[in-house]
Amino acid sequence: MANIISDETIEYVGILAKLELSPEEKEQAKKDMGSMLDYIDKLNELDTTGVEPMSHVFPVQNVFREDVVTNGDGSADALKNAPGMKDNMYKVPKTFDK
Amino acid sequence: MAQKIYETVIGLEVHVELATKTKIFCGCSTEFGGAPNSHTCPVCTGMPGSLPVLNKQVLEYAVAVGLATNCNITQYCKFDRKNYFYPDNPQNYQISQLYLPICRNGHVEIETAAGKKNVGIHEIHMEEDAGKLIHDEWEDCSLVDYNRSGVPLIEIVSEPDMRSADEVIAYLEKLRLLIQYLGASDCKLQEGSMRADVNLSIREMGAPEFGTRTEMKNLNSFKAIAHAIDGERARQIELLEEGKAVIQETRRWDDNKEYSYAMRSKEDAQDYRYFPDPDLTPIVVSDEWLSEIKAKQPEFRTEKIARYQKEFDIPEYDIDIITSSKHMADLFEATVALGREPKKVSNWLMVETMRLLKENMMDPEDIKYSPEHLAALIKLVDDKAINGSVAKEVFEVVFKEDVDPVQYVEEHGLKTVNDEGALRKTIEEIVAANPQSVEDYHNGKEKAIGFLVGQTMKAMHGKADPGMVNQILKELL
Amino acid sequence: MNILAYSAVELSTAIKEKKITVREAVEAVLDQIDQKDKTLNCYVTVDSAKAYAQAEEIQKKIDAGELAGPLAGVPVAIKDNMCTKDMLTTCSSKILGNFIPAFTAEAVERLQAAGAVIIGKTNMDEFAMGSTTETSAFGVTRNPWNTEHVPGGSSGGSAAAVAAEECFFALGSDTGGSIRQPASYCGVVGLKPTYGTVSRYGLIAYGSSLDQIGPLTKTVTDCATVLETIAAHDSKDSTSVEREDTDFTKALVEDVSGMKIGIPRDYFGEGLDSDVKTAVLAAAETLKQKGAIVEEFDLPLVDYAIPCYYTIAAAEASSNLERFDGIKYGYRTESYEGLHNMYKKSRSEGFGPEVKRRIMLGAFVLSSGYFDAYYLKALRTKALIKKAFDEAFTKYDLILGPVAPTTAPVLGSSLSDPLKMYLGDIYTIAVNLAGLPGISVPCGTDKAGMPIGLQLIGDCFQEKKLIQAAYTYEKTCGGFSIAAERER
Ligand SMILES: [Mg+2]
Ligand SMILES: [Zn+2]
Repeated sequence: MANIISDETIEYVGILAKLELSPEEKEQAKKDMGSMLDYIDKLNELDTTGVEPMSHVFPVQNVFREDVVTNGDGSADALKNAPGMKDNMYKVPKTFDK
Repeated sequence: MAQKIYETVIGLEVHVELATKTKIFCGCSTEFGGAPNSHTCPVCTGMPGSLPVLNKQVLEYAVAVGLATNCNITQYCKFDRKNYFYPDNPQNYQISQLYLPICRNGHVEIETAAGKKNVGIHEIHMEEDAGKLIHDEWEDCSLVDYNRSGVPLIEIVSEPDMRSADEVIAYLEKLRLLIQYLGASDCKLQEGSMRADVNLSIREMGAPEFGTRTEMKNLNSFKAIAHAIDGERARQIELLEEGKAVIQETRRWDDNKEYSYAMRSKEDAQDYRYFPDPDLTPIVVSDEWLSEIKAKQPEFRTEKIARYQKEFDIPEYDIDIITSSKHMADLFEATVALGREPKKVSNWLMVETMRLLKENMMDPEDIKYSPEHLAALIKLVDDKAINGSVAKEVFEVVFKEDVDPVQYVEEHGLKTVNDEGALRKTIEEIVAANPQSVEDYHNGKEKAIGFLVGQTMKAMHGKADPGMVNQILKELL
Repeated sequence: MNILAYSAVELSTAIKEKKITVREAVEAVLDQIDQKDKTLNCYVTVDSAKAYAQAEEIQKKIDAGELAGPLAGVPVAIKDNMCTKDMLTTCSSKILGNFIPAFTAEAVERLQAAGAVIIGKTNMDEFAMGSTTETSAFGVTRNPWNTEHVPGGSSGGSAAAVAAEECFFALGSDTGGSIRQPASYCGVVGLKPTYGTVSRYGLIAYGSSLDQIGPLTKTVTDCATVLETIAAHDSKDSTSVEREDTDFTKALVEDVSGMKIGIPRDYFGEGLDSDVKTAVLAAAETLKQKGAIVEEFDLPLVDYAIPCYYTIAAAEASSNLERFDGIKYGYRTESYEGLHNMYKKSRSEGFGPEVKRRIMLGAFVLSSGYFDAYYLKALRTKALIKKAFDEAFTKYDLILGPVAPTTAPVLGSSLSDPLKMYLGDIYTIAVNLAGLPGISVPCGTDKAGMPIGLQLIGDCFQEKKLIQAAYTYEKTCGGFSIAAERER
């Protein structure tokens, strides 16, 4: 395997993706990600110099809305699935600021 | 050892809330206030399956601000996602621009005691605002309100061209004025419609390289910005003098404690994994569209000053004050357009309006009264329907509640009494009741007549025309 | 006639002719579900009360002449990644196990407006990540042709429900083959439209630049009819395309004479099962007999489509799935210490292993230091793949090949090696990268009696050519439904 994923990398990706893995899951994740990256490295066989990265496949552009209010009070719909709620707001663990 | 001289290097990231009616990617109202989460929909609460559609007005405002700040407009631009987890951000990514921001390479000219200079603008990009977090002391948790989530912002990123708090404030004032003139935002620091993050580093005077910078957030007044700059400069100098390094980090300014705190957490990796948002299409600003927006640009302050000098016979000083606020300038022009004399309009703005703004700690942008009502008030004075002191009284009410002065004067019986017979009768009684003053007057005490005028006005409840009172008094004496 | 044997269009005709009531059609489907779904597990949610209520309402409208369309009164199943107002929408994930949307996906609304009756929500690979419907948090779906086999994925529940006559047609979504491959494994017709043809509003995103909703049906006629109903410009979806040629049923013409069909040699190499190869080439021969000009050609870059796809889809998914954080909806862990621990525990407990695998890969390829080497490299590769197709379509009206290298594998045989599972998507994935339309049509069975699918790929906006060729083939060779197969 060309791509060796370190403990630090898995830890770091866990922070980015907000996932907490058990030690066994971590070992598996290191293996899986390593072999996926080995596979993706196949793309390096291709010469892509001068090729523009393509994010949209065909030219749809300038899609806009007019600046007109179309929505009413959405609070009931917004909150009906909330795991925690108080005073019409979402309840979350304490944040540092505000 | 010789004392080292340090230079402060400052760049600003200014977030400005745009004055659109709706949010950037959905049809929810941007209106302030409202019950928590009442201005929300699936899009601005990050519901699964919802998709964003760009508000055209946001783009036009952003381009207008770019043109006003001498930027190049990116005619092919895109939105990117900035990924980070925080509860005020319902999708856990913010739709912003990194790779192709709408405006680049601009500048504005500022003027301080040190003279004039240009501050470079690195870029201006469009993005969405976050929701509001409220701390609940009772349950020791936080509560999220997404009413502000998705309110359109532009972020104006300056070059590190400023060297003092004075320059920073001059730059902010300049931006504020330009944007207010465009009508793109009201730019109120206190209310958060204009917010500044300060990037600051220090270096020894003459050093070619920049020092390590810190970013300070939570600055919501010019005073806080000035304090934070001085405080952070001192903190960094102290570190360097002690032989320690400045760490590149985000710090939070506490205006009460006058100190900034590092906002460091292992969980906040500053790795935003920006990539083009696949839910939004590219924006192509054609040459035609660009010229249309250009054609719609308003007259800015410099042009306005030149025109006022030509069109209106009012002092330079007045012009300077009036044009320092787009709202005040609009008010001035509209009132003059209603047929009032420019100097008289200007006087009401310069004297009474300014006094009341100061007393109430308000900005010129907060003036509520309409030009129609100011014009009507001036006309009442011009027509001698009310006298000067009544006018000042009425103006206070107009200022506060934007009442119709004609109706107000009518309802409160404040009209000057122009019935000469009635006035003459009152004055005769006063002359008769004050023989001592009459005698003093005849003995050459000019002051005595003032007393008699005062007595008359008192008897008339202030509603007499002072000119007429003087004239009749002189006749009778 | 047995109600369940009708196609969707036949059923609605029978309803209009008052041979059958909408209620009877709903009842027939619900009975079939009662009998079969304990074994097959096609559905995550079946709402019979709502289905009957809809049936009554729709019957009234049909009787009043207000609903005359070809889907009026027809029971439909919806893949569980499309939002349905007041009906559970889970993406087959624990993290959305209790999520009830406040709005209905645009494509589903269009079906409702046409008078289709929503029976329930079908099982899928969790968040559409998988090719077997085994990654669902609500158990595997079994292939109705042989319950020891998978139905394919990720729209496995939808494909199996159509094949098992637990609905008359279904909606699926296709990000890398997720409609066409289960259609092929279950012997039904599945079409992935040109990107932008069907609104994505209300489709819970996996890879936003690749996702498209499409029909899974018993016949090509049904397929064209459903597509015609759901294809429309939607101002709520910025990537929705305004197109006029959405009268797809006009293409139901039995004629391929002069049509130029290219067969990529690269699709018939190593790894392709011999039964599949034989059946697909036989189908090509059939079309040739009917007057099509069929020739082989080289379609380069086939081997790069999979790594390109997994990079892009994982990157987009890692961002799209950030919103599942235990705050606004869905699963929140029981106990936690502080905000970030709550995020991590909720997500780690809420997502299954395949979803976690892709989210982590996605976060990695976008992270600083790797973005250019992986993500941008993949976008550049995508541009080259698109170009290769553009060139092919200057020569051919359609490209013909297999849908998948094999027929449906046995349950449990794929998940152990994710990379091998990904390789199964080799013929379908490039179509998504290039935004093209593709259809899967049953073209036979293998020695074990499992269905084989024929894939036709068109240039952007050329669904009509797909439909015309598929229809011609179907008319010539007959359908391959389980029922028809039994009669044979
Ligand atoms: Mg920003
Ligand atoms: Zn909204």
